[in-house]
Amino acid sequence: MPTYSEEHKTFLKKRRRKKIIILICQFLIILFFLSLWEIASKTGIINSFLSSSPSQVVNTFISLLKQNNLWNHVYITVYETLISFVIASVLGFGIASLLWWFPTLAKVVDPYLTVLNSLPKVALGPLIIIWIGANMNSIIFMALMISLFITIINIYNGFQLVDYYYITLLKTLNASKRQIFQKLIVPSNKNIIINCLKVNISMSLIGVIMGELLVSKEGLGYLIMYGSQVFNINLVITSVVILAVVAYLMYLVISFIEKKIVQSK
Amino acid sequence: MKPILKIRDLKKNYQDLDGEVEALGGINLDVYEGELLSIVGPSGCGKTSLLSVLSNLENKSDGSIELGKETIKIGYMLQKDALFPWRTILENCLIGLEIQHNLTEETKNRVIQLLNTYGLGDFMNKYPSSLSGGMKQRVALIRTLAIDPDILFLDEPFSALDYLTRIYLSEDVYNIIKKEGKTAILVTHDLAEAVSLSDRVAVLSKRPAVVKKVYTINIPNKSTPIKNRKRKEFQHYYDLIWRDLDAHI
Ligand SMILES: Nc1ncnc2c1ncn2[C@@H]1O[C@H](COP(=O)(O)OP(=O)(O)OP(=O)(O)O)[C@@H](O)[C@H]1O
Ligand SMILES: [Mg+2]
Repeated sequence: MPTYSEEHKTFLKKRRRKKIIILICQFLIILFFLSLWEIASKTGIINSFLSSSPSQVVNTFISLLKQNNLWNHVYITVYETLISFVIASVLGFGIASLLWWFPTLAKVVDPYLTVLNSLPKVALGPLIIIWIGANMNSIIFMALMISLFITIINIYNGFQLVDYYYITLLKTLNASKRQIFQKLIVPSNKNIIINCLKVNISMSLIGVIMGELLVSKEGLGYLIMYGSQVFNINLVITSVVILAVVAYLMYLVISFIEKKIVQSK
Repeated sequence: MKPILKIRDLKKNYQDLDGEVEALGGINLDVYEGELLSIVGPSGCGKTSLLSVLSNLENKSDGSIELGKETIKIGYMLQKDALFPWRTILENCLIGLEIQHNLTEETKNRVIQLLNTYGLGDFMNKYPSSLSGGMKQRVALIRTLAIDPDILFLDEPFSALDYLTRIYLSEDVYNIIKKEGKTAILVTHDLAEAVSLSDRVAVLSKRPAVVKKVYTINIPNKSTPIKNRKRKEFQHYYDLIWRDLDAHI
């Protein structure tokens, strides 16, 4: 057990106090906001039919749990997101590698990639439904469209930015192209790849919700859509809150995995 | 002594959209086993190109390179250290062995021993960012030596360093090369460095480069590079080569 100087102890104490203050402030803000919302709708300042209230959200949540198998909707959304996340990540990495390997191919597809990436994918929604059908596949496909191209472009850019000097060094050691890829291109882009995965998980979720809004019969996006169609604002807001929690949890998981990967050098 | 490299009429042209750049205009040079040969020449005359062609990084345009043995393993130390920041010093030094599928307990121990001998043992498991410029350059040299090359190419290995570090490091490198008994070609634009370190100095003309003259540095009772600098013969060769280069600039 190392002994710390007084100065270091006060430093640590200050740090801890600051952390606690921040936590308390964050808690107070949400508490203030929720109470204001509750009071305003209870006293009739705002129309509780249109804007719901925290207690109604809780009630809706409980009844969703009891009657409408909420977990199934959450499961479906998470499942679709993960599938499209995995496909986009694997495919994106693979295609980026291919483009690095064949520079001429990269030049050929460059304008197509740019156009596909900048096209707002929502516009493809109706087409995708017509072609693939109103089912889970078209939702996953839509999410894929949203996350795939940006993954390819980001990873490929990272690959290209590797200093040519490092490649020359490996060539002086008689490295093959495969070795240059394994020993240099991938490890030097570890951070870019991890960041891409982080962006990818939110992109996939956006895509899945968009898809569910358009076509589905299950999932959080469907709950939101259904709620708005039957004018059940409680259901819409409850679903949005659940969605926010799910998104946050996914972010936590991916951050955790990131930390593990970064630690294992 | 027999040459380990016999270079005859070696030519190199670079092609680009604006046309052709003639870098090497017919190099004739022998490199002998165990010697330290310096190459000096005006800036941009083709010194790096010569090493690139010799080590097969670039294709030659014409001429021939004859090897003294069936195969010759080249260790090429580039101007910048190019250490991988995500690898430790030891891992950086082992990369050549990994690539050439030669990494065994034995070869690894040899590299560790090299690091220990040349004052880097304590830093073996650190990352390059914690090393000074001179130390990084030394790591780069050990990375080059790790594959046990028959001949070393050193392309201005000290040019990025400050004056003092440079003098002391060149002394170190000289000792390392001599102790490991390596043949070496050193490209430099520092005449004092060339004269004090080398057995011979080849002077190149301006682009397209040809070998203008080769000096054998004869300093009786030659000792370490730093001491060589104080000898009167040092000044003599320095002046000769200076005049050769001056005529081209
Ligand atoms: N890859 C390349 N493509 C086209 N031209 C090149 C290439 N490499 C070098 N050159 C040209 O060839 C000539 C010789 O270059 P080189 O780098 O061999 O000279 P150098 O003697 O090493 O120069 P320095 O003293 O600056 O290191 C230069 O005019 C350079 O512009
Ligand atoms: Mg050069």
